[in-house]
Amino acid sequence: MHPVILRNVSRTYRLGSVDVPALSDIHLEIRANCFTVICGPSGSGKTTLLNVVGCIDRPDHGEVLVAGQNVLALSDDALSDFRARNLGFIFQNFNLLQVLTAYENVEYPLLLSGMPAPQRHERVRSLLDAVGLSDKARNRPGQLSGGQRQRVAIARALAPAPTLVLADEPTANLDSQTGAGIIALMRQMQREHHVSFVFSSHDPQVQAAADDTVTICDGRITSIERLPESSGVLA
Amino acid sequence: MNTVSLALHNLLRNRRRSLATLLAMVIGLCAILVFGGYSSSTIYSMQTGYVQLHGHLQIQRKNYFLDGSSNPTAYGIADYERIMEQVRRDPVLAPMLTVVTPKLQLSGIAGNFAAGVSTNVLSAGIVAPEQAQLRAWDDYGNMSYAPPIALLNTPGNAVVIGTGVARKLQLCQALNVHPCPTPSIAKNTSAAPTPDDIAALSAQEAPSASAKQSTHIEMLAATVQGAPNVVGLDVVKAENFGLKEFDDSYTMMHLAQAQRLVYGGAAPQVTAIQIQLHHTAQMAQARARLTQLLAPELQKGELEVLDYETLAPIYGQTIEFFQSVFGFIAILIGVIVLFTVGNTMGMAVVERTTEIGTLRAIGLRQGGIRRLFVTEGLVLGVAGAVLGTLIALALAALINHSGLTWTPPGYVYAYPLKVRLWGAWATLAGSAGALVLVAGLSAWWPARRAARLLIVDALRHV
Repeated sequence: MHPVILRNVSRTYRLGSVDVPALSDIHLEIRANCFTVICGPSGSGKTTLLNVVGCIDRPDHGEVLVAGQNVLALSDDALSDFRARNLGFIFQNFNLLQVLTAYENVEYPLLLSGMPAPQRHERVRSLLDAVGLSDKARNRPGQLSGGQRQRVAIARALAPAPTLVLADEPTANLDSQTGAGIIALMRQMQREHHVSFVFSSHDPQVQAAADDTVTICDGRITSIERLPESSGVLA
Repeated sequence: MNTVSLALHNLLRNRRRSLATLLAMVIGLCAILVFGGYSSSTIYSMQTGYVQLHGHLQIQRKNYFLDGSSNPTAYGIADYERIMEQVRRDPVLAPMLTVVTPKLQLSGIAGNFAAGVSTNVLSAGIVAPEQAQLRAWDDYGNMSYAPPIALLNTPGNAVVIGTGVARKLQLCQALNVHPCPTPSIAKNTSAAPTPDDIAALSAQEAPSASAKQSTHIEMLAATVQGAPNVVGLDVVKAENFGLKEFDDSYTMMHLAQAQRLVYGGAAPQVTAIQIQLHHTAQMAQARARLTQLLAPELQKGELEVLDYETLAPIYGQTIEFFQSVFGFIAILIGVIVLFTVGNTMGMAVVERTTEIGTLRAIGLRQGGIRRLFVTEGLVLGVAGAVLGTLIALALAALINHSGLTWTPPGYVYAYPLKVRLWGAWATLAGSAGALVLVAGLSAWWPARRAARLLIVDALRHV
């Protein structure tokens, strides 16, 4: 089953008195357990597409199925619950809660899902261990490097065992070496947790690591390149 | 990591702003509580004063209070001793009583014939030891510095007069009254000349006047038969009775003397029976019992029972005044807290817009965002309430031990300046609770705004 199916999706923003089409007639299926990157020039609609897939923006037209659910039919609260259960987010600026420790940041989505404390603590510890930050659990974001913050963000995104992780330019604020490390980590996590990752990125390193590459320009998909499932890259 | 914990973390994020907000709340609450404690103390002081003066309840002839003031001939209670005995012996009332005492109020003319002057006076005939007991009432603890009754342990013809009366009767020097300017106008122009027949009566009543010339006065009043009667009195003290109008006309003598003056050889009466209770809280019960005991007289419209609040209308007016000032201050401070917390939360929403978007993206509902910011307001409110209450209690203790005093309007003796907060749990809880409520309410609007932010806009916020 495809974790994401978009049919005839359009999204227009209104800037002053002008309507600016951000997405036009998008048809897209994201494959399960894949690394999918959405690439294209600035202003092409990458982030808007990611927002629609991430259920934090609603298209004007079309149908959006995420994890088999028609998300446009959900109320705001139901959509929040849906995101908490099925989606993980990794942001360009990490977007960690500054007042919480690394441990607490990873724990937060699990609190929203109501996971019992013993399981929650076990899950957080294993994720921090997986991203190599067991010794930084008590550190706040301000005490971590950029790469470490993004690792915490990856652990947070994976905490609720989502169907899909969305990452908006996850390496844009990292140096190339750290970015490469993050990509490798995400790839590892994707395989270990059997989850689909969808990125928007300009980073050639990210594009090189992708299973599927969706190119978008002026709000329209211009090409979709998929590695064959037999390539061995897919988990 | 629950909402309260996260709220606390967020408040500590910008310590200076949170402290400034907290300080505004603490100062506001302190102001409300200290003023509340002061007004409460003032009201208790006044109550103490009026209960010392009037007792809690008075039995009077019907309409005496409204219509018959100082008219003992028309409004006397003839069988007052029976009524007093009935009250004292009643098994329900007896445990509540401190004093049951008669009082006779009359009006007349006081004259100093040696100086050739006289003046209209109001006079009270009292039982001095029982009045001393009345004045000893201090149910709220160290609320009064009332001086002893000057008439206590004095001869039967003793009288205490107001300092104003002493001035009018030109007794300043003899009674050591200050200030007392020498009259610059012709003798007797400010007072009625003493009629010849009254002077003759006075001469009969005061054979030893020459020996006591310096403090001897004569008191003239109408008897129940309508004839004038005069008694000679020795002034034992000139006392300041507070309000000038009162001080210029008030005198106090022993009840028996007053009764002789008004009733002569007839059966003595009084104009009021003063009843003082151990506690003001017993007043309703005591009144109900009195209504039962005096049912025949009350039903026939002969007597009525009045409380000190009716007898001293200024008491109720003062309470209303303090309540209105307290309400005004509370509203003012409430508005300040409302805007201070609202402003703090508003700034927090702007600063944390991206964080709000992140929380919403990872699945926090709109209600969760609202709850988070309102909780921050409530945490600030609770901290302000706790700190403000503790500081106000400390301030109150400091003021209470400072030894400061004040004299209420119409009084001549001072009361300790007190702020009654300890034990005023309703005031403390009400004010602190209101502060928390206002803090929560003021956070509501920014919280609502935060919850309604579009996630994509919030995430784009720089």
